[in-house]
Amino acid sequence: MWVYALLGVLIGVIIGLKSPLVIPAIYAKYMSVAILAALDSVFGGLRGAMEESFDNQVFITGFFSNALLAALLAYLGDRLGVELYMAAIVAFGVRIFQNLAIIRRYLLKK
Amino acid sequence: MKVKSGYFTIALVSIILGLMLAVQYKVTEGNPNDSSARRMQELVVELKHTKEERDNLKSEVDELRLSLDKAIVGQSQSNEALLTELDKARQAAGLEAVKGPGVIVTLNDSTRTLQPGEDPNLYLIHDEDILKVVNELKAAGAEAIAVNEQRILATSEIRCAGPTIQVNGNRIAPPFTITGIGDPVYLENSLRIKGGVLENLNFWGIQIKVEQANELTIPGYHGTIRFKYASTAKER
Repeated sequence: MWVYALLGVLIGVIIGLKSPLVIPAIYAKYMSVAILAALDSVFGGLRGAMEESFDNQVFITGFFSNALLAALLAYLGDRLGVELYMAAIVAFGVRIFQNLAIIRRYLLKK
Repeated sequence: MKVKSGYFTIALVSIILGLMLAVQYKVTEGNPNDSSARRMQELVVELKHTKEERDNLKSEVDELRLSLDKAIVGQSQSNEALLTELDKARQAAGLEAVKGPGVIVTLNDSTRTLQPGEDPNLYLIHDEDILKVVNELKAAGAEAIAVNEQRILATSEIRCAGPTIQVNGNRIAPPFTITGIGDPVYLENSLRIKGGVLENLNFWGIQIKVEQANELTIPGYHGTIRFKYASTAKER
């Protein structure tokens, strides 16, 4: 399972580096929060797959809604002068590490 | 079936994630070198060129003025008196560099750290502050005044221009050095008078230095003076 994820990331990076796709530097901050959300979703998906409770729809919707919501939150925070993106970073950061720990345990048990 | 499509979605989502990572990497890594830094370099070079050009033009103006003087007077060498008259008028107009005793006033923005909610404008030097100092120097009998080497003429403006101040059409930035030729003691005292300009500025933490000098040089005005609307009213 995680081989697929790794392969996917690799392909994505190669496409991204080869393509002339560039976003304005102002949006880099929102992009970074979105990336964190996406990373969280992927780890969540891997964990779900290992627990055999993986649901395709939950995974796909979770990925997009989390990424968009995180970026939106960061943007809203900027408008309001509150560093809301911190909340996203902390929340997703904690979850990424939790998911990682669970994945690690599954891999060790196997 | 369920697991199979799960593989596919995870791979797809991972590709998107990878794409985002790559794009973000390009933005944070490539951009500063690519545009900002290079653009800055370009602007610095451009600024240097423009400055050189300006200096060349300045010296050209001086030369041309000199040759004009010579041409006017040259026809008859006996017109020595006319030349001295011209020099005098020039000096009065502020076109010639002058020297003499006076004061050097250096003003810089406040170093006080800003409390949240405070207006940073209060701790910056504004055109009005410079104007007040210049006005005070004039009132104290300064015979020639320059702000950052810009000679103050009868037509000189001291005006806010964004983050800088415009004098004689040139933009100058802090620290501001205001030089005035006159009686040094009298000039300094009138600036430092109780409730006067400097005390007011001091209140906002503006850095002020006043030095008396026995000999200082104030440059002349290098630009051109043209009268488009005004003409001499006196009948000749």
